[in-house]
Amino acid sequence: MTKSAPDRKNRVALNLRIPEPRQRPGDLPDFSSVDVSSPGAVPRPGINAAAKDIGDMAYKLIRVLDNDGKASGPWDPKLDSATLLRGLRHMLVTRNYDNRMYLAQRQGKTSFYMKCTGEEAVAIAQAAALEREDMCFPSYRQQGLLIARGYPLVDMMCQVYSNERDPLKGRQLPIMYSSRAFGFFSISGNLGTQFSQAVGWAMASAYKGDDRIASTWIGDGSTAEGDFHHALTFAAVYRAPVILNVVNNQWAISSFQGMAGGDDATFAARGVGYGMPGLRVDGNDFLAVYAVTKWAADRARSNLGPTLIEHYTYRAEGHSTSDDPNLYRPANEAKAWPLGDPIERLKKHLIALGKWSEDQHAALEKEIAEEVRTAQKEAESHGTLGGDKMPSIKTMFEDVYKEMPWHIRRQRQEMGV
Amino acid sequence: MPKMNMIQALNSAMDVMLTRDPNVLIYGEDVGFFGGVFRATEGLQKKHGLHRCFDTPIGESGIVATAIGMGAYGLRPVIEIQFADYIYPAYDQLVSEAARLRYRSAGDFFAPLTLRTPYGGGIRGGQTHSQSPEALFTHVAGLKTVIPSNPYDAKGLLISAIEDDDPVMFFEPKRIYNGPFSGHHDQPVTPWEKFADNDVPAGHYTVPLGKAAIKRAGEHVTVLAYGTMVHVALAAVAETDIDAEVIDLRTLMPLDIHTITQSIEKTGRCVIVHEATRTSGYGAELSALVQENCFYHLEAPILRVAGWDTPYPHAFEWQYFPGPKRIIDAMRRTMES
Repeated sequence: MTKSAPDRKNRVALNLRIPEPRQRPGDLPDFSSVDVSSPGAVPRPGINAAAKDIGDMAYKLIRVLDNDGKASGPWDPKLDSATLLRGLRHMLVTRNYDNRMYLAQRQGKTSFYMKCTGEEAVAIAQAAALEREDMCFPSYRQQGLLIARGYPLVDMMCQVYSNERDPLKGRQLPIMYSSRAFGFFSISGNLGTQFSQAVGWAMASAYKGDDRIASTWIGDGSTAEGDFHHALTFAAVYRAPVILNVVNNQWAISSFQGMAGGDDATFAARGVGYGMPGLRVDGNDFLAVYAVTKWAADRARSNLGPTLIEHYTYRAEGHSTSDDPNLYRPANEAKAWPLGDPIERLKKHLIALGKWSEDQHAALEKEIAEEVRTAQKEAESHGTLGGDKMPSIKTMFEDVYKEMPWHIRRQRQEMGV
Repeated sequence: MPKMNMIQALNSAMDVMLTRDPNVLIYGEDVGFFGGVFRATEGLQKKHGLHRCFDTPIGESGIVATAIGMGAYGLRPVIEIQFADYIYPAYDQLVSEAARLRYRSAGDFFAPLTLRTPYGGGIRGGQTHSQSPEALFTHVAGLKTVIPSNPYDAKGLLISAIEDDDPVMFFEPKRIYNGPFSGHHDQPVTPWEKFADNDVPAGHYTVPLGKAAIKRAGEHVTVLAYGTMVHVALAAVAETDIDAEVIDLRTLMPLDIHTITQSIEKTGRCVIVHEATRTSGYGAELSALVQENCFYHLEAPILRVAGWDTPYPHAFEWQYFPGPKRIIDAMRRTMES
């Protein structure tokens, strides 16, 4: 570094900040800076509130369930127990499915897997709050949407295995599901691209005078992509009927949320500058996620435009099977997460309501484990990655265009298939 | 039949499609009330309504991304990128998303968008209003790339592009919007309307994608060109006694290989002409294909006449532009060898 020149005007040496998380491996987890407001404390504005009048919502944390499983406050959606039990079941299926597929990867049956452990409520409660016909443009940790909508587990597994029954014919990395019939847009591995595409789908729905809305998900890290800005700009300008979800799970592979600019402003606050409501919700609180989503959906359905929702949650496991989070964050951070586990919290709530018991829960877990195991057996009967039951190699050359052009046909012939 | 320049022909194509198909809508920067900086969408908003033809924020990536979403819904968006030079912010959405959507979803979703964009030089546009980036898109599996060279083709190809279920990059040679260009910038341009054979039907018709057109039949050498360079090549041939066959490719992807190979099997010589920079330009692909398909018919090396491998220079536009002199030189060289 050169010493300050004599004519230097600025007496303070400038300092480049490189954001760093507060703890690294070996440190004790410390979430004391996380604002955990008491459940029920945040008011619920009407769905027709002007965005500029509710800007402060972006800095609060909407919570319904307390630590004892008691629901309170204006955001309590007062769901019937059947809906709650369905949500609990879907979250349990998702977790069990994740665990089995993770193991399958470790057993060499596929190349890659990504779990959503600890974040199940985001997809499952949102699927419950949306209409079945609404269109989802997910990122890669919303497998719960498919499970909640009843997409066959076997088909999901066959996709993960890239086997002969893979609906995507072995073309996509595991977990990049796609199903038009289930309102689930093809997942891209290029992060963030779906965010602005969802806005286009919502614009189309409004253009046609339809009543369906779109919902899309992005991670805290990917909000740094230009697609996020384009999505918010276009959604605001055309008042598109879309829900824009930021799943702030604190980590983007090894980069903490501060690296995406989450330290000095909340992700929900991004919405305020674009003229749309930005709501921040306890992402591990099934009831709060449901209520906030319903609020945003009702608003979108009433031609009042988009809402940005920040789901404040925690990625309890690694980014993927290719990642070891112990290399960059304290080993027991997940256990210290102050907002708990979404499944445990909903279970506690149901027990507190007198609608559920530990025994029933254990029985359900067992039943689901059997269900997932059976599905896995069936999926594996159609092959696993690299085995002898693969999609027909001919199909590799199909669907590049609607009709195969001569040069691709020639290449297929060159390959001898 | 009405006389139309290329802008009017493109406008007519969009007008026809807006009228025929309620799922067609048009948007882009300045395309709505104003009608676009080149006036291609003039009057369409007034005639068809605000929802059918409207302005967008200045965000090319957002324009393409929303069109992909609309396509997934079932619409047929026709989007304008104001200059091809502005397309790069949308590159990811085109290359990773629009192009691959059908493949990666095994045909479940597709993006039948048409992206119109004026390209090419010769209008004193400097480096940010003159580029020819077509090869960046022909390289991408899943995209179609179309470049018309006259009003009739422009309308028929654009209608085909809009009706096509794959994403189509529709590059418009802006230098010849008003009339064909010989490459002699010091000579006046004769407007399209003055050409007797430039009748453009008012209604619906198509020119199929993937079919080239022989603009001048000849025996000595095959000249492959598209867009503005078709006319520059024709002008160059007219200034020599070389009996050249000039082929207007019209669609670069998928390419009409049949017409090309037939011609070169006859002439044994090939000159490839484009405005884009030479290295890794589309001419490289054409040259390779001609070599692979016609090697034993070739009498001489394949030659390329292209933009120099520099950014498009403002002051030296006519030294940069591959004009008739360079095409004539190349034809003579191939005839001599």
